[in-house]
Amino acid sequence: MADFNANIPEGELTVKWTKLRSSMPLVNPANKRSIEIVVVGSGLAGASAAATLAEMGYKVKCFCFQDSPRRAHSIAAQGGINAAKNYQNDGDSVYRLFYDTIKGGDYRAREANVHRLAEVSTSIIDQCVAQGVPLAREYGGLLDNRSFGGTQVQRTFYAAGQTGQQLLLGAYSALERQIGMGKVEMFTRHEMLEVVVIEGKARGIIARNLITGELERHFGHAVLLGSGGYGNVFYLSTNAMGSNVTAAWKAHKKGAFFGNPCFTQIHPTCIPVSGDHQSKLTLMSESLRNDGRIWVPKKKDDNRKASDIPEDERDYYLERRYPAFGNLVPRDVASRAAKERCDAGYGVGNSKLAVYLDFAANTERYGRIEATKHNIHNPDKATCVRLGLEVIKEKYGNLFDMYAQITGENPYETPMRIYPAVHYTMGGLWVDYNLMTTIPGLYALGEANFSDHGANRLGASALMQGLADGYFVIPYTIGAYLSKELATKPIPLDHPAFVEAEASVRGILEKFINIKGTKSVDFFHKKLGLIMWEKCGMARNAQGLTEAIAEIQQLRKDFWSDVRVPGNINEFNPELEKAGRVADFIELGELMCIDALNRNESCGGHFREEYQTEEGEALRDDENYAYVAAWEFKEGVKFELHKEELKFENIKIAQRSYK
Amino acid sequence: MSTGNMNLTLKVWRQKDNKAKGSLVDYKLSEISPDMSFLEMFDVLNEQLINKGDEPVVFDHDCREGICGACSMFINGRPHGPKDLVTTCQLHMRSFKDGDTIVVEPWRAAAFPVIKDLTVDRTAFDRIIAAGGFISVNTGNAQDANALPIPKLQADAAFEAAACIGCGACVATCKNASAMLFTSAKISQLALLPQGQPERYRRAQSMVAQMDAEGFGNCTNTGACEAECPKGISLENIARMNRDFYAAKFVSEEEV
Amino acid sequence: MIFVFKLSHLLNTFAGIELKYKNLMASFGNAFSSSIGKKLIMGITGLFLILFLIVHCFINSLIFLNDGGLIFNLGAHFMATNWLIRGSEVILMLGLIVHAVQGLRLTFQNQAARPVKYAVNNGNANSKWYSRSMGLLGTLLLIFLIVHLSNFWVVSRFTGIPTEDVNGLENLYAVMQQTFQNIWIVVLYELAMVSLLYHLLHGFASAFQTLGWNHRKYSPLIKGIGVWYSIIISLLFAAMPVAFYTGLIK
Repeated sequence: MADFNANIPEGELTVKWTKLRSSMPLVNPANKRSIEIVVVGSGLAGASAAATLAEMGYKVKCFCFQDSPRRAHSIAAQGGINAAKNYQNDGDSVYRLFYDTIKGGDYRAREANVHRLAEVSTSIIDQCVAQGVPLAREYGGLLDNRSFGGTQVQRTFYAAGQTGQQLLLGAYSALERQIGMGKVEMFTRHEMLEVVVIEGKARGIIARNLITGELERHFGHAVLLGSGGYGNVFYLSTNAMGSNVTAAWKAHKKGAFFGNPCFTQIHPTCIPVSGDHQSKLTLMSESLRNDGRIWVPKKKDDNRKASDIPEDERDYYLERRYPAFGNLVPRDVASRAAKERCDAGYGVGNSKLAVYLDFAANTERYGRIEATKHNIHNPDKATCVRLGLEVIKEKYGNLFDMYAQITGENPYETPMRIYPAVHYTMGGLWVDYNLMTTIPGLYALGEANFSDHGANRLGASALMQGLADGYFVIPYTIGAYLSKELATKPIPLDHPAFVEAEASVRGILEKFINIKGTKSVDFFHKKLGLIMWEKCGMARNAQGLTEAIAEIQQLRKDFWSDVRVPGNINEFNPELEKAGRVADFIELGELMCIDALNRNESCGGHFREEYQTEEGEALRDDENYAYVAAWEFKEGVKFELHKEELKFENIKIAQRSYK
Repeated sequence: MSTGNMNLTLKVWRQKDNKAKGSLVDYKLSEISPDMSFLEMFDVLNEQLINKGDEPVVFDHDCREGICGACSMFINGRPHGPKDLVTTCQLHMRSFKDGDTIVVEPWRAAAFPVIKDLTVDRTAFDRIIAAGGFISVNTGNAQDANALPIPKLQADAAFEAAACIGCGACVATCKNASAMLFTSAKISQLALLPQGQPERYRRAQSMVAQMDAEGFGNCTNTGACEAECPKGISLENIARMNRDFYAAKFVSEEEV
Repeated sequence: MIFVFKLSHLLNTFAGIELKYKNLMASFGNAFSSSIGKKLIMGITGLFLILFLIVHCFINSLIFLNDGGLIFNLGAHFMATNWLIRGSEVILMLGLIVHAVQGLRLTFQNQAARPVKYAVNNGNANSKWYSRSMGLLGTLLLIFLIVHLSNFWVVSRFTGIPTEDVNGLENLYAVMQQTFQNIWIVVLYELAMVSLLYHLLHGFASAFQTLGWNHRKYSPLIKGIGVWYSIIISLLFAAMPVAFYTGLIK
């Protein structure tokens, strides 16, 4: 069996990382020059890792399937990035960020990893500012913060509603700098289709040049996967169309364990589905919950316009249920509450699968403040609204415009309609403290690994984790492995393992083309998505999951006998790319259901209807399920469970309460 | 609620590969919903083509929320179609009328060669950034973020320039296929920030040199780029780039 | 010997300066051949021509005094004989040639930057037609200038003005009067002034943008001045042939 040890350093929680860092074996500069590292993915994790490793002197090859590393889906993150800077003097600290993250993750994350994340969070902000990332500032010239869900401090740094874009462009420019210096070789429009494992260690990849269709062999002393999450298993999600699990899944099939696959984050504030044609969902940033109040009518099936429903006939259900956190409860809680209201028949809009996100109250409040600033005494309501709208426009203009563009409604006049949608996957490749998977030399970074968010991720923590892994963790931890690899000469690309890996990839691609079935790839993807959303989505139960597993197995059979992939393998063929990704999603979907069925408790984003409190809150079972479920792939799409016990030595494990 | 009632005629540029000669091909579409995005309309077209046994139209797209900059269609003579400040993926069919004929072409520029159908090669943009669109700070060398106050006005202006998504609409629409708006946006972002000062003039020279080497045309200040930019990047950036370039060439003692 | 030494010394110094000049130009590198450098040349020469047009237009407008051209001829005489003016005339001609040649080169290079044209291109949605037609407008102006220079400049500077006015000065006024009796010449001039109007409408503000003078506070003013400048200059010039042809001024 592969090495399955979390390798958490000994010692006090607060000094684990510092001590490890200073005792980590190093690789001297001359040796670094002869060590090659393959990085798959160019998002926050991949780009920052590739750039930093190249700065340190390693020879780096970086791969992305997009036409430019700048298009990785990290770019779409809107709201912000957390850091325990305590610039607002509101009592924030590394410990608080650590605590909030563990609690937000419903006690299903590894303490040591999360504490390290909180520790390096402050360096991320420093690094990004030094790179010229234009984060929002106050008039005094200092950085501004906003609040996000699941916390009571303001620790979120942001750049309007485009924080992910700005951070990614920062990492991208660091990467391009290394490319320009010849230290990183960039392969755009390349998709990794296999990990090459030689004598138990990851030694390279097989990548397909998406333009020519050519299969290429690339050697690396180590392989890093920063290939993102797998939310697209649901077909409809806020992920980009190209976001996929393929790189991670190929690694999984080669022996890397997959951790907590069923932990999916459903984001509470997305634009609702408008029809069958829908290809993806669009998020409305969590930052909107700072100023928006969420409500539904108190009356069932109320068909009145929002503006016609008087104040006392509105149910601000989050404020009602969770007075302490109100509209800023964590995402899983907010999503489930929305689903509960809609299922109970209080939903709004045509589909009745939506709730209102209303800015009216805060618009007026802001307007009143503005009026005072302008020395307007006793302003009338219209003045307040007019002034307030300017503030709202300044803060969220781009999001409001996007909403208007997609729905055709004006959110400045009517409340937004929102509904939860799949947004992020906490699960991913199982990694140890050093971010190494169970395949030695194969690492997973950012959303591609499972490590830091437990069963639910707090807002503005994904950017933090991606950059922490890439800038500040992997550059150190990889040295421990590579220092033992100095004697390894580059393995020739005609090594049997490379030949075999390439042949197997080619075999799969040819198979897709040769099925010549009757249904498009999207047909199967949509079907899979529907099964997953209905039975492995916001709420799950044993019966549904059992059905889902059977349905997915059947779908897999149908897919492999009836899919139609036009064109051939030696050309630019996006349908062929999609076929490969959907084939992997189908296998993953089954594993997610198996994992969800195995976890007989509710925690974070994983809500098993059988396990809830009387008030409908998630009911954890810490006795039996305080573990990471790490699944091993077995021949014939079978999975074997391994458990990594989670020890909470610094935090008292408790029922999560946001009341 | 799923299907709509719009009937459309599409004229889409089809080109097998970089070397092949392309042409506009007509397609009829029916039951298009006004709530569809433009790319979802293309999904419908592709589904039809696949079901008929034809090859689907290849086009770049990814995030479909207007931020990744991948989508790149020249629609009825305008990049990203008829609406201002919107990318193709955010353009919805309600912006068209039943019975419309829509011509869809790829970005056209010598520096953006067509790869297939509506997909073009925009790696020239990456090379311009690699030539100098960065601040040379290795990881781990940063001081505390608040040690360097930056006036809000400047930070905001830098952000506005940094909002560029690198889609290439500016090049596509410019009658000269000039990349000055793109290049100047990055030069401006970094020129406006104190962190960008040490390399300011070096950057202006090397990025402009790379831009020229890529074969983009020369700016003649028509303003089309600014008008078509889905992120509203301003022409002020080009003026700022010009200033920095003159300062670099005629005042700075550094030669690049 | 001393003389020889000094001469060679002087020559050496001169060669030294020449070398230093070459080094300076080399240190500018691609400054003038780069895309921005080419714009700079267009902008500077353009602004120079804009300045010239003010002087040209002012002096020519003296004909509207309707005094039989006496004051106008006085002005023309001054322009023709003042050594400073004659000197800058050389620069003017050089500027004009550079502006035209560079403009044509840019037009061709820019066309090459898009080898395959769009089937449908809705340029009016994002820019003014004259901004996109500077090459064409400039070419029309160049053709006009050949006629215009041979009508007046060649006559005044080289072949000689046949008549004198009552003050004994060269009667350029009479030449104008004579020339603008031909309806075709008048039509050509009027068309050229339309081209000039549009060329300036873009060129004026564009030159400032090229030089980097874009400022939220001042640019709107510059643009406004540009519009008025273009209209006034073109109108005044356009009025001259008409005034002569119709006999409004005699």
